[in-house]
Amino acid sequence: MSKVTMTKKEIQALSERLSHSTAYNKYEVEVLLKSYFHEKNKYKMDRAVFREIISNHFGLRDDLLMDRVFRTFDKDNDSFLNMEEFVNGMHILTRASMEQKKSYCFKVYDLNGDGIISREEMFQLLKPTLLKSSGEEDPDEGIKELVEIVLKKLDMDHDSKVSLEDFVSCLDREPLLLECLGPILPDHTHITRFEEKMFGQSC
Amino acid sequence: MGQALRKAKEGTSAAGGARGKLEYNAANEELLNSVVKYVENIKDPEEQKLIFKKPIKWESSLQPSDFNDDAYEKSGVELVSKERTADDQPLLRVRPRGEKYEVSAMTIEQIQMVLRMAGDKKLAETRACCEATDDPYSDMLGDAFAIVPGNVEGGEYDKSRYRLMEEIMKGGPEEEVAEKKTTLKLLDHLFRFDNELLNRRLQIMEKTIRLNPSEVEDDVHKLMKYCGEDDEKCLLEELNFMPEFSTRFSNGCRAPPWRQVHGDICYLEAKAHDVDPYIYITGSTSGYYINGGVDKETQSLNFDKQGEMHKDLISLLKEKSPKFAEIVDKLEFVSHHDLKESGIIDTTADLDATPRDGEMTNREQTQVKSQQQKEETKQEKTQKTQKKQQQKLEPSLKWRNLGLEEQKEQHEKKDKPEKSRTPIKRKTQQRRNKTPLDAEDSFSESSTESEEEEETPDRRNEPNSDLPSEYWQIQKLVKYLKGGNQTATIIALCAMRDFNLTQETCQLAIRDVGGLEVLINLLDTEDIKCKIGSLKILKEISGNSQIRRAIADLGGLQTMVNILQDPNKELKCLAAGTIANVAKFRRARRTVRQHGGIKRLVGLLDCAPLGTVMSSQQEEDVEVARCGALALWSCSKSTKNKQAMRKAGVIPLLAQLLKSPHENMCIPVVGTLQECASEPSYRLAIRTEGMVEDLVKNLNSENQELQMHCASAIFKCAEDKETRDLVRQYGGLDPLVKLLQSTENKELLAAATGAIWKCAISDENVLRFQELKTTDYLVALLNDQPEEVLVNVVGALGECAKDPPNRMAIRKAGGIPPLVNLLTGTNQKLLVNVTKAVGQCAEESDNMAIIDKLDGVRLLWSLLKNPNPEVQASAAWAICPCIENAKDAGEMVRSFVGGLELIVSLLKSEDKEVLASVCAAIANIAKDEENLAVITDHGVVPMLAKLTETVDDRLRQHLAEAIARCCSWGNNRVAFGTANAVAPLVKYLKSKQVAVHRSTAKALFQLSKDPDNCITMHNAGVVKCLIEMVGSDDTVLQEAAAGCIGNIRRLALANEKAKHT
Repeated sequence: MSKVTMTKKEIQALSERLSHSTAYNKYEVEVLLKSYFHEKNKYKMDRAVFREIISNHFGLRDDLLMDRVFRTFDKDNDSFLNMEEFVNGMHILTRASMEQKKSYCFKVYDLNGDGIISREEMFQLLKPTLLKSSGEEDPDEGIKELVEIVLKKLDMDHDSKVSLEDFVSCLDREPLLLECLGPILPDHTHITRFEEKMFGQSC
Repeated sequence: MGQALRKAKEGTSAAGGARGKLEYNAANEELLNSVVKYVENIKDPEEQKLIFKKPIKWESSLQPSDFNDDAYEKSGVELVSKERTADDQPLLRVRPRGEKYEVSAMTIEQIQMVLRMAGDKKLAETRACCEATDDPYSDMLGDAFAIVPGNVEGGEYDKSRYRLMEEIMKGGPEEEVAEKKTTLKLLDHLFRFDNELLNRRLQIMEKTIRLNPSEVEDDVHKLMKYCGEDDEKCLLEELNFMPEFSTRFSNGCRAPPWRQVHGDICYLEAKAHDVDPYIYITGSTSGYYINGGVDKETQSLNFDKQGEMHKDLISLLKEKSPKFAEIVDKLEFVSHHDLKESGIIDTTADLDATPRDGEMTNREQTQVKSQQQKEETKQEKTQKTQKKQQQKLEPSLKWRNLGLEEQKEQHEKKDKPEKSRTPIKRKTQQRRNKTPLDAEDSFSESSTESEEEEETPDRRNEPNSDLPSEYWQIQKLVKYLKGGNQTATIIALCAMRDFNLTQETCQLAIRDVGGLEVLINLLDTEDIKCKIGSLKILKEISGNSQIRRAIADLGGLQTMVNILQDPNKELKCLAAGTIANVAKFRRARRTVRQHGGIKRLVGLLDCAPLGTVMSSQQEEDVEVARCGALALWSCSKSTKNKQAMRKAGVIPLLAQLLKSPHENMCIPVVGTLQECASEPSYRLAIRTEGMVEDLVKNLNSENQELQMHCASAIFKCAEDKETRDLVRQYGGLDPLVKLLQSTENKELLAAATGAIWKCAISDENVLRFQELKTTDYLVALLNDQPEEVLVNVVGALGECAKDPPNRMAIRKAGGIPPLVNLLTGTNQKLLVNVTKAVGQCAEESDNMAIIDKLDGVRLLWSLLKNPNPEVQASAAWAICPCIENAKDAGEMVRSFVGGLELIVSLLKSEDKEVLASVCAAIANIAKDEENLAVITDHGVVPMLAKLTETVDDRLRQHLAEAIARCCSWGNNRVAFGTANAVAPLVKYLKSKQVAVHRSTAKALFQLSKDPDNCITMHNAGVVKCLIEMVGSDDTVLQEAAAGCIGNIRRLALANEKAKHT
């Protein structure tokens, strides 16, 4: 675990840059960066810390999904989130535009990162969604049917797999399906509370 | 008696069939007594002497020695009667058979003899005889008349009598025919007797109760629900089946077989609040009774009956426990919900509503089924088919309602606090609430409100095997809704929207699996996506009226009203939109109001002023306002809602929204306004808030729906004069006339013509209409239009025809013939308008000629017979100008057979308008002397005199006019005087209206030609008033007043002269 040291100037430059690429203003970026350091005392943020933050602020706890979220944010794949990745991640979670959210969700659901959401991946994701129905029928059956239903909705070009274009164009028509394979975005109340806590006023 | 006997004997013999014994019980005693009486009373000699085809034999307790009559003789060991049949058979034979004797009789007379001989033992004899005979009919009359159970519904019935009649009619040897006739007579007689017997038996049977196991089960389970600790609300502390006897056998009984033989069904132990030890009750086929209880030592139940037999459990418990009786009386209307709350009733309250649904429906179904069975058995009995035992259904619990078998609704009902009835009773209450008398919705004359749906919901259809696949797919999706987490729920909700949810099969599919409950429950969750998805579905399916009711019953409206406060705009829109769909029936509208929905909906209307270019935020707000307006439009059909909306300040908000350039915003707003404009307060507000201008502006829009609603609103508002002026000022008359050309859209046409009608009440508007040649368009519409349109068109023509040039225009456009044609219709409103129009037109003599040629006056006259006083009055008013302007009016009037009598008889009416109009007509009729003579004969004078006490100015005016005219015949003047008509007339001079003075003065003038009247008038102080009137501006009044005074004076002078000479 390498320590992160940054000079004040570097931090300023970073926040300047980030305030342009995200919806946060400079002040807010600085607050976030402060909290980054605060969380782990100048160490890089690892999975566990991130999970904790997400869980505390946004109530998102699912293992599989949050793991995927971490990996999505971790663009350089070093199993740590550096400051930039962290701020970008927070941005996606709380202030992203619809387009950004769509592509984020797609990336999260694409378990193996191959640009396609396949049946098997959907099956994996939808497994925990059906409550066990007193053994009347094979629970897998139910999930398989559910997978078919989702596939039918998402697969716009009918090639039995869901590409990013499929996903995006389906969501254009049916925005409710944004998190159709699992909850990975915080809801409005959580966002408001987070923002209030972080930045002092609801934006 | 054959059938009755059969019934009585059924089931009493191990060998089966009808050959059995007659039990010794009350019914049979009755039966036998009747038979004896009947047989003894057969007095017809032919019937008595009719020889049976086969002798009736029975074992008798009589002996030959008992027959000590001359008609009998001994013949060997037997006793035989001297009379014999044609082939030498004795008519009566008494033969020894073992220890007893067998009697065989061949005629009724013989049987009567036997009975006489039997003396006291009549009954026993009859019993023996009845038991022995299998089928008395076939024995007596021949096999052709045997009792055959037939399938009456299938068309089989006993044709034997018919056949016999045919044979008789065919003729043949006299003796045979005579015999056949007697047979027929006897047969008839017997049949009737049989009927009577059966009926009496029925009555006796009805009095005995037989319970059955399933009933007992039901009763006990029902009572169990209301047991618990609370001694204020619970009937008993506990009630259960005794543990030793709790297993149910296949026949439903819980009593052991060796007790079932005695009729026992089950054993209960009950603990009441105020009775200390347990009460042990036996439920048996003949009722409930207290048994001997558990023996302390042996711990076994003592089965003996102790106490009375009770028809039902409640009455038994009431007797035993006063506390029970007290609570039961109070408990009639306890809410299921309350009991649930106090933890007494355990109900499962989870997302999965199916078990409860199923349970309810099953129970209801068994109840319905058992009720149905009972209905059927009742019917069967009266048709004399099988069933010896009658199951009398006695509701053993107060709240089992008789209306149960009418219940068609099988929906699960969630219980809400404000509905304080038990579930079953509530259903009938609801049905009662739906009965016609609608005190809420008010109608004004120009109201175009149509009665909204009040159909009773259909019974849920039995699932037929060929349901479309969508049905099953949707059901599967609903399963995901119930059994999945939030993610699966969203997926299922979105997938469901792919189906065509406006199709009834899909809608019912959702309802049938309890999908509605799930959807409504989702609205209570925190998840916005779920709420939105659910609302989208609910909005679409609530187009179906059954679904609407179901949603309202499940408390959906309350949840949706809550959602109206949510910050999320999409949610608000959807919630309001769904409320707009659901609130299409009265109960739903009331629910919305009761939960504060009106206020919230009105709040939605509050958005920033609208321009043509708006930010997306503003657009969202406008959409919210539009949905709110839609919801309010649906809700505004109830009067109380209209008031609530006004109090919530809806009017200024509507005024603001009305200015919007967007049509789809304006339509619900104008729709709401139009709906509410039946209330005067709204009309006033519409005027003062300057909405008339906007309404007129929107008349010019391209959208026909919008135009229609605007025209409707104007139609209703134009009741007020100021509004009519405003409409004209804003140039509203022109577009209205233009709308007359949209003949394909009947609703639009009706609204436009209505608006024109009401606006034409103002004369200035009529001028403008004239300029626009409105009458031409209106006349063109007189054909081929639906009645709603015609009423308005004719009304408009009537108002326009107040102006003379229009009368000509109508004639030139060929309007008179169709108008006269319409006089033959039956629609009351139309008739009122047509008569008015025709009356106005008749003011012009050219028109009058046409009307006369078309026999219009006769048609008007015959309308005087119409039961509706409005029509009568209107026709009478119209008749006045007709008489004035017709050529040979007198002839014409006389030509109507019974016409004069008719119109005079209308003076008996109670309606002031009718009276005034008839007086006016009479005044016109009386101008012709012959007619005046006729109506005098019909007694017009006393009738007019009777009316003079009135204080109504309009009536006074016309009455005085009529009196004035009637004076010119014979001694009517004197007659009026004797009828005390004169003095009241004087009072008329005190009225404020000049028209009244004028006609009164005329009347007094005419009356004063008779000296007695002068005296009366003078005494009444008429001179002073008249002197003032001499100086009036009205010449007619002046002359009449002066003339009258002159006459009085002349009399006074003559008097003086006479005194002095």
